[in-house]
Amino acid sequence: MNKPESKPKTGAPAPVRTMDIVNKGLARRYRRERRFKAIGLIAIIASLTFLSVLFISIGSKGYTAFEQTMIQLDVHLDSEKIDKDNLAVANYLGMVRTALKKSFPEVTTRRDKRKLYRLVSTGASYDLQDFVEKNRHEIGNTISIWVPADDDVDMLIKGHIRRDVPQDQRRMNDMQVSWVEHLEDQDRIKTQFNTTFFTGGDSREPELAGIWGAACGSFYTLVVTLALSFPIGVAAAVYLEEFAPTNKWTDIIEVNINNLAAVPSIVFGLLGLAVFLNFFGLPRSAPLVGGLVLTLMTLPTIIIASRAALKSVPPSIREAALGVGASKTQMVTHHVLPLALPGMLTGTIIGMAQALGETAPLLMIGMVAFIVDIPGGFTDPSTVLPVQIFLWADSPERAFLEKTSAAIMVLLAFLVTMNALAIFLRKKFERRW
Amino acid sequence: MSPTQLLIALLMLAAGGFYLGRKQAFFVSSSRGGPKVLHSRPVYYGSLTALWCAVPALIVFSFWLAFETSVITSIMVSGLPETLQQLPADRLNLVVNDIRNLVSGNIVGGEINSAIQAAADHYKSLRATSHAALTVIILALAIVAILWGRRIITPELRARNHVETVIRILLIACSTIAIFTTIGIVLSVLYEAIRFFKVIPLHEFLLGLEWSPQMAIRADQVGSSGAFGAVPVFLGTMLISFIAMCVAVPIGLMSAIYLSEFANKTFRNIAKPLLEILAGIPTVVYGFFAALVVAPAIRGAGACLGLDVSSESALAAGLVMGIMIIPFVSSLSDDVINAVPQSMRDGAYGLGSTQSETITRVVLPAALPGIVGGVLLAVSRAIGETMIVVMAAGLSANLTVNPLKTVTTVTVQIVTLLVGDQEFDSPKTLAAFALGLMLFIITLILNVIALVVVRKYREQYE
Repeated sequence: MNKPESKPKTGAPAPVRTMDIVNKGLARRYRRERRFKAIGLIAIIASLTFLSVLFISIGSKGYTAFEQTMIQLDVHLDSEKIDKDNLAVANYLGMVRTALKKSFPEVTTRRDKRKLYRLVSTGASYDLQDFVEKNRHEIGNTISIWVPADDDVDMLIKGHIRRDVPQDQRRMNDMQVSWVEHLEDQDRIKTQFNTTFFTGGDSREPELAGIWGAACGSFYTLVVTLALSFPIGVAAAVYLEEFAPTNKWTDIIEVNINNLAAVPSIVFGLLGLAVFLNFFGLPRSAPLVGGLVLTLMTLPTIIIASRAALKSVPPSIREAALGVGASKTQMVTHHVLPLALPGMLTGTIIGMAQALGETAPLLMIGMVAFIVDIPGGFTDPSTVLPVQIFLWADSPERAFLEKTSAAIMVLLAFLVTMNALAIFLRKKFERRW
Repeated sequence: MSPTQLLIALLMLAAGGFYLGRKQAFFVSSSRGGPKVLHSRPVYYGSLTALWCAVPALIVFSFWLAFETSVITSIMVSGLPETLQQLPADRLNLVVNDIRNLVSGNIVGGEINSAIQAAADHYKSLRATSHAALTVIILALAIVAILWGRRIITPELRARNHVETVIRILLIACSTIAIFTTIGIVLSVLYEAIRFFKVIPLHEFLLGLEWSPQMAIRADQVGSSGAFGAVPVFLGTMLISFIAMCVAVPIGLMSAIYLSEFANKTFRNIAKPLLEILAGIPTVVYGFFAALVVAPAIRGAGACLGLDVSSESALAAGLVMGIMIIPFVSSLSDDVINAVPQSMRDGAYGLGSTQSETITRVVLPAALPGIVGGVLLAVSRAIGETMIVVMAAGLSANLTVNPLKTVTTVTVQIVTLLVGDQEFDSPKTLAAFALGLMLFIITLILNVIALVVVRKYREQYE
């Protein structure tokens, strides 16, 4: 920057006016101004690019998981092999295999047969059993049924296993690919909407794995979190904002809350492990414990938001209530709280969204186990959506990659809904005094 | 009655108490000229009776349940056959676990013999007795309290003040939970950490240069010396945090400056929420993104340049962590930049400076303490971040500052040491708590400094 008071150089013929010096530097200063502005814009564009790359990469990897490849089989329901009174004991796997063998009579060696059986999912026999239980009259006939294909076939159909590379570079050999192509020629392969993904629990087989179990776990965990953190958070905020005297004790509480808001989440996990599991002996992997840990974690968020909401209620309301003879508690419960409630709810929803996306503390309390069953209560072992994502991301199968991305999309959809709800509430009930 | 049913019954009794108390208030006032002679509104007499009914019963109830299991277990253990009782403590624990599993109908680890079956039946009968006793005590307590509460109602009873005192106590209890959480964290982590430092001396932990927390199970096992020098772990944490801050601070700060000083309203209204989306994305998603997209990309780019990049490089984890922290830095800087009074800007404009000169020479120096505070909070965030590093950074503790190599962090080590089956007396597990203690102390110091700085700064301009 040019300093206006800088002296002209010695030996200059005429005194230079300050204005000239300023004008001389102007172009440079304006250039710098433009550059500075451009850097700011670039910074924003860069972060938005990161955001879009993130979304695009996950979306492009995950959208195929919403479809599942199915194979049509002609299964003969041999009335001699199925006991009509006890359907559960029949060898459905054998029937599926026989049907496969019949479609490919040229496959004879043991090794090839085993490869052939691997075309359909291990879940096919359960589907067949379900079908038989629902259609008892079909026993004895030959039926044609669509069963889920194995994840390798699924990947081949979706183009993630390439057909044009040598067979030692992919998971399926040429013979298996030719079988799949044979089935395709007969129109015995189709892709359909993947309902298993939304209704199934976890599984080692990608084509049978679903997020319903994790979603239920998340639901129970969040119910515990909400039931504890909302009342406690609101009560704490009301005390600190309306009743607490300004003294050391209140100060300590305030510093504590602000500090807890910034404590790493994994430390809360350590607390949960040491206190809830080891000291109180609560069950491992249970939504109850997860909810307790997440309650402690989201409390600061809710308290801070609720205090802001209470602060925004103008003092005139309080004075009016006190003026007509209400006690302090009546003033708070009858007037201040109802007016501050929308703001508190907004803060709570944002806190719940945080809790829904949290993973690390739940790893500490054992919600990371492989759990197939759908949890049915607060003490059943379960996992939650983000932990399910973490588990699947660790699995080596290519098919789990798209499941992970799809589960991420579902999780993000929940988060977007919750945040949109919070924004909607804020817009609808926001009051300017 | 099971505890849940008992709780429901208690709530119903309390509701009944409310009704009776309210009615009694009307009744005692009726002879003296109607409810207006009452000290408080009738609702408060009802609430007081309900509180009398519920609070003592609930206190007994929670104490009973808290100690029920341990008392029953110790009675059951003392009833076990001699041979079982003389087992070492940990074996006995296994047996007790088996019995409990048998009682709750779970799968039992060991074989079920008659002694264990008998113990399980004993346990069941003890539990049934305990529940029956609890039911009788609670219900009796509640009913007596209702009757007594009803009798003491007079028009002079200051029911509202009593009820409000109870509410006040409840509010105070809720607000102290934050303190109890902190105390709980400190005590639980400290307790286990002290047990760790009894095995591994503190100076070895803080100054040792080698970290390989595998303890030998057998004496002749290879490669499990068990070294607990935390320096490589902390160095790795600092490296990744440093990379993250190199990404987040410039981008976050510049975005905040642009949005608050240059951008027009429409652009701000669109860009700001979009930036905040970055803060709302769960960290596990960032971790997946780092491991799947960023790390291979960096590896590929490195291969093009002829560099040998590890597939779990510190750079990938740090980069993605930086992206995660951008909105954090930008919203905090936004706050402090907006807090700088307009008069200071106007003064700079009046002297003829351009907008960028005003920002760099006047606004930023004035906002510096606040920005430093925000950056410190962001650093503590980066140090404590877990999922990104668990998924994208490595496990091997290399003593290096090369961002292309694999390093490990405190949080990664805590997760790997504590996930899975644990033994609570091996240094391996306890090491996680020692690391957790360090993590808590470091972030606590950073937070307190940052909070104090930001608070002082705010007061300066208010």
